[in-house]
Amino acid sequence: MKFLSDSAIERLRGSAGTPDLSGTRYRLLDRIARGGMGIVYTAQDEQLQRRVALKILDSSGANGDFANRLIREARVLAALEHPGIVPVHDVGTLADGRVFYAMKFVEGQRLDEYIESVASVPDRLRIFLRICDAVAFAHARGVLHRDLKPANIMVGPFGEVLVMDWGLAKILNSLASNATRENDPEATIFEKPKQFATAGEATEISVVTGHGTVMGTPGYMSPEQARGDVDHLDARSDIFSLGALLQFLVTGHPEPAPPSGRPRLDKSLAAICSKSTAELPAGRYPNVQEMALDVSRYLDGLAVGAHEESVFEKAARFYRRYRFFILLIAAYLAMRVLILLFMHR
Amino acid sequence: MDKEDFRAGGDRFPPTRRSVIEAARSIDAEEREQALEALCAAYWKPVYKYIRWRWNRPAEAAQDLTQGFFQELLERELLDKFDASRSRLRTYLRVCVDSFVLNEDKAGRRQKRGGSISHVALDFAAAEEELGTTAINPAKIASPESLEEFFEKESMRSLFALAVEDLRKFCDERDRARTFHLFEAYDLEGNEKLSYDQLAKDYGISVTDVTNALAWARREFRRIALDRLRELCGSEDEFQREARAAFGWDAK
Repeated sequence: MKFLSDSAIERLRGSAGTPDLSGTRYRLLDRIARGGMGIVYTAQDEQLQRRVALKILDSSGANGDFANRLIREARVLAALEHPGIVPVHDVGTLADGRVFYAMKFVEGQRLDEYIESVASVPDRLRIFLRICDAVAFAHARGVLHRDLKPANIMVGPFGEVLVMDWGLAKILNSLASNATRENDPEATIFEKPKQFATAGEATEISVVTGHGTVMGTPGYMSPEQARGDVDHLDARSDIFSLGALLQFLVTGHPEPAPPSGRPRLDKSLAAICSKSTAELPAGRYPNVQEMALDVSRYLDGLAVGAHEESVFEKAARFYRRYRFFILLIAAYLAMRVLILLFMHR
Repeated sequence: MDKEDFRAGGDRFPPTRRSVIEAARSIDAEEREQALEALCAAYWKPVYKYIRWRWNRPAEAAQDLTQGFFQELLERELLDKFDASRSRLRTYLRVCVDSFVLNEDKAGRRQKRGGSISHVALDFAAAEEELGTTAINPAKIASPESLEEFFEKESMRSLFALAVEDLRKFCDERDRARTFHLFEAYDLEGNEKLSYDQLAKDYGISVTDVTNALAWARREFRRIALDRLRELCGSEDEFQREARAAFGWDAK
């Protein structure tokens, strides 16, 4: 019997754990990422001759909570047809019992990697506005993302911005399908333990609820989400994450109040970030459109709703916005003065 | 190579193995013996290495104790006393080994044993050689966790080695020796520079054939390993946990 080294065992674990795609139209190519529920692979769609990304669950059996969550994620994505949201092509169960869905393979970079090559703040803000478009669309369809962060945003080779990983999405008012809501494992995951009669059930739900409270990413997760106050989550929870994302895009860090040494943030932009990431939801923008509008106004050199300007700030902004004309008029006036002086000599 | 060669196994395979615990409690003496042999095949190396490491016994004494342990397992019907709801079979065996070694010390027995497990070849020289290559830090204090970790790791190594051997036989029986060689070259030998392209060139086949052959071999390896693992677990729950630990995801 041949001796297997530790590295051989690791390789065997990895290769034996690869999904069984027999009987599907896909051929496995490579493993690209690992998430909380499963692994994302690239695969070749043999029928359409294109590359796709397959998100495959870690466990087999199509009836478990995680399987329901993955199917639900696929259905959420299917209901959100938007250029800024990764499209889903297919959902099913593999021969080895694992649930999967196929989605567009996005060849690009994660936002945190991509922005290293984007030095200009206005260019970064334009990317941010495209993220806002996608999130606003999802909110209009009654879906919260709940895990917006740079790692879940992809920027394609042609600058297209795609919001990925809707695994933690919460359906507020499902326009997409009642069936999705009926099978919505969130109802189990975030149900309060007190609703269950027996100790065994309560313990089980407590564990699951405990799992629910850590869903999200520190730094990008709203305080109410971090507390597990799921019943009260609304669009403003995602607005908090967008605020942290905006902060990250302009300073490189999601947290406010950057320490000395980091680039100083413009007051209007800082006010937008601050309003979006207010501790209480009531202090934030009521919806993504209003937040995006403030960012657009900032880009256009207009006053933003989040910040009340002093006279000097107004003058400075007026100067920045109309610098060319002001300098032109100043040059004209200077010329006139010189001509008058010359004529009176 | 015909694509049909790589279809999923289905009913061509032998039925799923029965747990050694169930088999050990059978009224059929032959079945009980087979259960012990299966257990011995999977665990003799981990037990031997464990005795060498945990109890710091010289090779000859460890060989004697290893044989004695399996003999005692049979004679005292220790598997009958195993309770799947209280522990994993592997942990139970490790604790039994500890008790056995302690009892042997107390009794001061130095009995030369052998022959109790006639159908399992115990290649102690190979085990000793493997022990030399296994990373053991003698300075590390043997905590209960590290003992469990060591035994688990060696058990997994033994299980995978048996599954690889089973796969080789399975491929030979089906005239798929080349498939096993591809699997061996790519998945076992770990030459990171080796690509599917290179394998295709080396074997004079297409890259698609290499991909299909490896996918088939991996699927069969996984099935065989899970089958063996199921046999070595005391309950379905234990099997699911062990399968997750072995492959990173739940077994069907």
